[in-house]
Amino acid sequence: MKWPFIKLIPKNTQFGFVRFSFPAAIVSVVLCMGSLVACFTLGLNFGIDFKGGTVVEAVWDRPINLAQVRQQIGNMGLRDVGVQDFQEPTQAMIRFLPPDGADASATVDRVKGELRTMMPGVKFPRVEVVGPKVSEELGVNGALALGIAIVLVVLYIWTRFELQMGFGSIVALAHDIILTLGFMAVTQLDFSLTTIAALLTIIGYSMNDTVVVFDRMRENMRKYKKMPLGDIIDLSTNETLSRTIITALTTFLALLGLTVVGGETMQVFTIIMLFGVFIGTYSSIYVAAPVLILWPPKRGIEKAVAKTAADARP
Amino acid sequence: MLHVARWRVLAVIIVTLLGLIFALPNSIPASIRSAMPSFLPNKTVNLGLDLQGGSYLMFEVEAGAVYKARLESVADDLSRELRGQKRPGELGAAKRPIAFSGRGLSPDGEVVRVTIDNSADIPEAIKRIAALASPVVGLSGPTGGSDLEIKQAAGSVLEIRLTQEAKISMTRRAVSQSIEVIRRRIDETGTKEPAITRQGVDRIVVQAPGESDPEKLKRLVGQTARLTFQMVDESISPAEAAAGRIPPGSVLLAQPGDPNEPFVLVRRRALVTGDNLTKADPGFDQQTGVPSVTFQFDGAGGRAFARATTENVGKRFAIVLDDKVLSAPSIREPILAGSGQITGNFTIESANELATLLRAGALPAPLKVMEQRTVGPELGRDSINAGATAGIIAMLLIVVFMILAYGLVFGGIAIIALAVNLILIIAAMTGVGATLTLPGIAGLILTIGAAVDANVLIYERMREEELAGRSTALAIDAGFKRAIVTVMDANVTALLTALILFYFGAGPVRGFAWTLSIGVITSLFTAILMTQVLVAAWYWRTKPKRLPI
Repeated sequence: MKWPFIKLIPKNTQFGFVRFSFPAAIVSVVLCMGSLVACFTLGLNFGIDFKGGTVVEAVWDRPINLAQVRQQIGNMGLRDVGVQDFQEPTQAMIRFLPPDGADASATVDRVKGELRTMMPGVKFPRVEVVGPKVSEELGVNGALALGIAIVLVVLYIWTRFELQMGFGSIVALAHDIILTLGFMAVTQLDFSLTTIAALLTIIGYSMNDTVVVFDRMRENMRKYKKMPLGDIIDLSTNETLSRTIITALTTFLALLGLTVVGGETMQVFTIIMLFGVFIGTYSSIYVAAPVLILWPPKRGIEKAVAKTAADARP
Repeated sequence: MLHVARWRVLAVIIVTLLGLIFALPNSIPASIRSAMPSFLPNKTVNLGLDLQGGSYLMFEVEAGAVYKARLESVADDLSRELRGQKRPGELGAAKRPIAFSGRGLSPDGEVVRVTIDNSADIPEAIKRIAALASPVVGLSGPTGGSDLEIKQAAGSVLEIRLTQEAKISMTRRAVSQSIEVIRRRIDETGTKEPAITRQGVDRIVVQAPGESDPEKLKRLVGQTARLTFQMVDESISPAEAAAGRIPPGSVLLAQPGDPNEPFVLVRRRALVTGDNLTKADPGFDQQTGVPSVTFQFDGAGGRAFARATTENVGKRFAIVLDDKVLSAPSIREPILAGSGQITGNFTIESANELATLLRAGALPAPLKVMEQRTVGPELGRDSINAGATAGIIAMLLIVVFMILAYGLVFGGIAIIALAVNLILIIAAMTGVGATLTLPGIAGLILTIGAAVDANVLIYERMREEELAGRSTALAIDAGFKRAIVTVMDANVTALLTALILFYFGAGPVRGFAWTLSIGVITSLFTAILMTQVLVAAWYWRTKPKRLPI
């Protein structure tokens, strides 16, 4: 048997990525528009972290009569009551907002009391109450975190590479975040604190990918000073293609187990991540790099910098 | 060429060994761990409440109540000052009275207003009111500022407010006192090691791990437990009081325990408060046998209570807890012993709870629950198991994939680096006391996937260098040198986002940031240093003619 056993990519690919960048750009723009439309029409399904409210998970030793629970809880003067089954018929998930002006935490105790008289011996493995003030702060913090992450990452790429590349990466990041939000609006997955964590991780992953391609472009621009930019992009993307695909695959494989056995909370996280890995890989090839064709980096400066660096060496 | 400095080899060996030593206690059952000699590391990684089960409660101290109480007492003292009466114990001649009207606290509790009848008296009135102010105490002693701000509004109305500085200082003190009271209350019940921490300006977080009853915890922590003894106002009939003709200085309070008398009209002024209690114990009423709470006053409280009961034999007084009347008994004879009992529809458990609350003292201000998250221990265990299974699946898939893609030698090296990486993450988390949460496990698994990226970058580069016509040793060397720059650049962005997550995230999400950022740092070590040492060792042992990748 001869190792390596599998070869994902032939050793010397010469795929003309740039040739397809115009149709790809149209696809990206259309998808982004679609995502924005979905976000504004369908809306994101904000969980209690950002909307405030209460979630109670109930487990009983017998199947739970959801209609009866709905009726019983419905008579308590609560707002936005939602009762749904959860994984198994013996489990139920109850969401509500407390009556106007009532203490959320005292209300949940009343609801639990009501459920206990209805189903003796019922257990509550998970109870979450988020007050309106806290949910507002969590929302502001989440948005701030995303904003600062984008700014810092772009600043880093700008200082390490060039302004144009920083611009390319910000377009790629916006693309990734908009598409992920669109995905969440279409699937109506629960948008929670964990989602913010997932979004930030997608930013990290997508930038990681973009940096690898940019890094190779910088090297090739020094090596082949006369080569047109389009060819440089093609060459660099092809050279790093094998790595791009293998890393996407290993990340994908790692997340696969979590999606299957991770439980409801983690499933949302991993589904978003899987989507993000896919989008992030696509965007570093077809968004970040082609943007440079629209606004090419100045290669004269690049040369000068390389030269001074060489001169500075003893 | 392909020379690996000795310090690198040493560093790899030492760090790996240290990692093993620190990570090891996590795999030893607690029973054996406690029996180990104390010089061995026996710390294990902290589990978040979502993994071990428990309750997270965030309270806000309603400092407005403290401000209001202070201004209420200012409003009371103000009339005495303006009338020219002497303060208790004040020396010197009585001052001349100043005529005033319309004294009172605004409904929002923010400002006291008083109208001075003769505008010529205003400067003197301001002087006398200013004497009521007390100095503001900051973090390091008095700041020199005063807690009251007196302003002349339209006409001859004086407005008295608390200064901003005073509010900050009062809030800070209220939060510290609350934390102390909460700690005493929780210690009394012997709940398993809850963490009580201040958050922001006016918030307190209580985290109780393990099997805990969040409702009981909330009652225990969140109840103000301000106990007062007040005279019942019998000057008007209950029907008149219910119709809203409440005399000034009195207030209508609910009595939830007695359906025959749902409301009681009581005098605002407290005879004695819970601050004067030295003892409180659950017990039983000797005549009726119902659960009750017995208490003992301190010297001053006992004297005040004795005087009040002597003067008011035959009348009723009310025992009030947090503005709710527990009971309103008649005074049959003067109570001189300085002790008594409270009855009022208690169960054994609630009598016990009240005694605990009274012993620990009242909160300076009411607490409001802002956020509550409770996870049952069984759900936590399930999460750990699911996380472990997912981790094993991820690990197996990647082992198979890496060996298929890079062969036994290079795939094997990547896997060794990955395994050491995981050990180092766990060791680092144990060492710095980081908390592992459910999203943290996800971060760990994600790191498994992403950590091999550095190896992939290095291997791909070596493969390219060999294709470009370099000898094996040169290709290995150049592969490392070139790839490391990329690996660094790529990881800095990942680290940046992880750090932001750490700064902004709360609870479980912060656990995710922990594993992610530690994972980035350890993967730099294993991918660069460790892989390099292993590849060099392999090269010198086998002297291959070409790379097997």
